[in-house]
Amino acid sequence: MSRVVLSGAILAVLLLIAGPALAVSDPLEMLPDRQQEVRAEAVGHQLRCLVCQNESVEDSDADLARDLRRIIRDRVKAGDSDQHVIDWMVARYGNFIRLRPPFDAHTLLLWLAPVLAVGICVITVLLSRYRRPVLVAPLTNEERGRLAKLIQP
Amino acid sequence: MSLPTAQPSRRLLLIAPLALAGLGGVAAWTLLSRMRQGIYDPRGLPSMLIGKKLPSFDLPGAARPGGGAFQGFSSVEIRAAHRPVLVNFFASWCIPCVEEAPVLMQLKADGVPIYGIAYKDRRTANFLNQNGNPYTRVGSDEPGRVAIEFGLYGVPETYVVDADGIVRFRWSGALTDDVVRGSLSPLLKGRS
Repeated sequence: MSRVVLSGAILAVLLLIAGPALAVSDPLEMLPDRQQEVRAEAVGHQLRCLVCQNESVEDSDADLARDLRRIIRDRVKAGDSDQHVIDWMVARYGNFIRLRPPFDAHTLLLWLAPVLAVGICVITVLLSRYRRPVLVAPLTNEERGRLAKLIQP
Repeated sequence: MSLPTAQPSRRLLLIAPLALAGLGGVAAWTLLSRMRQGIYDPRGLPSMLIGKKLPSFDLPGAARPGGGAFQGFSSVEIRAAHRPVLVNFFASWCIPCVEEAPVLMQLKADGVPIYGIAYKDRRTANFLNQNGNPYTRVGSDEPGRVAIEFGLYGVPETYVVDADGIVRFRWSGALTDDVVRGSLSPLLKGRS
């Protein structure tokens, strides 16, 4: 028992030490202003790296992602709002660059899919609950006789 | 020995999956034939440039090894061409670019002006010596900044710009004869 606790504690300590892996390991890339850098990172985390497609621009090592990171920082330094930076990217790469697609006519089905799925489940359950049992004709005397013979050991 | 209650849903249960499978088959067949004709690219993302003006840029020529350089170009020149042209992003380090080189050479032979943009590339001249030079001009985008204005996400990528300087089509990945036949030719024929 104590061994389990001990290994659990060691694992927890290791996990705490490890921390998240940061792609922006190059301090030269970072903005000198801490607050601006935090904003730039937040924006970068919302944008998709178009080469790897499942990583954010902030997490990717691809050349294109590095270029986009630089542009984000240039824009933030120039005083653009977060929304401005994102709009700038969307104007060039479309909504695909946003890891969190906006709610509009194109993505209606995407966003409402969970609601739709739950709705279908509820309707199916309700329908099956209130469905009238299928009427089966009672056995004829002949059938009853055969059944009795079959059941008898 | 028939049951007294008829069950129409049972027939539905048989027909529904069959109809669904049939529909799926038709869809898959359409998809594949469109891919074969070069009018559908499953990995393609919609380009934001379609129907819009060519972005503004001015690129220096790609360097030649012995000194000197190819002639660069700007968006103004492409618009001044007043005929449909191709803009092709490529790089010497890109393997599909080697694959599409013969297709581009054929387009050149057919008299299509192709403006090449070497993306993050320093060995452009060697590449063109080896695979042929299909380009009217060869600009160099070493910082990759113009590429981002195009919304490029990899090389090779090819854009059709019409006689009015409007982007009409984008193909990402190597061009094939099918893509040329299915998508490029009709657009290039427009007004030349």
